[in-house]
Amino acid sequence: MLSALLIVFREVIEAGLIVGIVLAATQGVPRRDFAVSTGVLGGVLGACLVAAFAGGLASLFQGSGQELFNASILILAVMMLTWHNVWMASHGREMARELKAAGHEVVTGKRTLAALGVVVGVAVLREGSEVVLFLYGIAAQGGVSNAGLLAGGALGLAAGAAVSALMYLGLLTIPAGRLFQVTSGLITLLAAGMAAQAVLFLQNGGYINAWTGTIWDTSWLLREDSIPGRLLHTLVGYVQAPDGGQIAAYLATIAGILLLMRMTGRPQPARRPQPAE
Amino acid sequence: MKRALLFLLPMLIATPAFADGPIPVTLQNHKFSPAEIHVKANTPAVIALTNKDATAEEFDSTALQVEKVVAGNSSGNVRIRALAPGRYPFMGEYHSSTAQGVVVAK
Repeated sequence: MLSALLIVFREVIEAGLIVGIVLAATQGVPRRDFAVSTGVLGGVLGACLVAAFAGGLASLFQGSGQELFNASILILAVMMLTWHNVWMASHGREMARELKAAGHEVVTGKRTLAALGVVVGVAVLREGSEVVLFLYGIAAQGGVSNAGLLAGGALGLAAGAAVSALMYLGLLTIPAGRLFQVTSGLITLLAAGMAAQAVLFLQNGGYINAWTGTIWDTSWLLREDSIPGRLLHTLVGYVQAPDGGQIAAYLATIAGILLLMRMTGRPQPARRPQPAE
Repeated sequence: MKRALLFLLPMLIATPAFADGPIPVTLQNHKFSPAEIHVKANTPAVIALTNKDATAEEFDSTALQVEKVVAGNSSGNVRIRALAPGRYPFMGEYHSSTAQGVVVAK
């Protein structure tokens, strides 16, 4: 029961932190609850599918199907996060100035809402499929009673949800004017961490074979498999011993997002087309 | 950013080259055998993991930067990057009380 609790807790906070950031970033946008819950639901269904077909998925692409799949959905999430940040940089200012309910802007706002729904779905799918495989494994083994398994899983789910809720409520204490800056900063780091993770999957799948040497090792300071290490891994992409490819992807993502935000977020937008539409 | 990455990709992609063939490792009753795997330092290697248990297992190692699910009664390859000499522990995440092992790079 304890192992069920721990594993479920770990995976739930990893997905839950991302959901918390998305909720904070979409504070005040109408119908965001629908987008986020659709994302969660889709993620859970996807997790069950991935778990059910884990064997088949792994055997695709000469045994690298799993790595390719993980890298692809992470890159999709990075693109969605980038799009959201860039769109907010070009429209967020107007949205803040005018009333939140200013019709047409809000309608457009729904588009990046869908993008963030996809991000939530990806996060839940990745962490959820591990939970499903793990719980199915113990259930099939019959070592633990189903009641104990369920209790552990439920407690882990509750504890993980509580930590995520704290994160969300904490973000909401930030004054509305600065909340946008904070969430776009968090989303940039989230995207950078996911991009680095995608590169790692491509390396482990044998698709990238350069820049795999470790650049530094901070495991003496903070172990990545500790709870604080995992939280930081999810939030800002902390890796205890990153290689060149991961660092390059991380920095390139931050630079790319900041550059795109600056290009579209200028006060004199009339001179430039707005690619983020 | 995406464009920059796409531009970089072809430069980074190369066919994998490994000094020796895959190293066979078996998982049975949630234990790795052999539990201690020797690889040459600074040379990439591949572990061919056969899961003889009925349930899936995740080969998980923070030190090796690997997370790979191997379904029940099937097998999968785990790529090990070029390692500096040292010991790199790994585990089966779903049965970490028994499924423990270490890669030793010399």
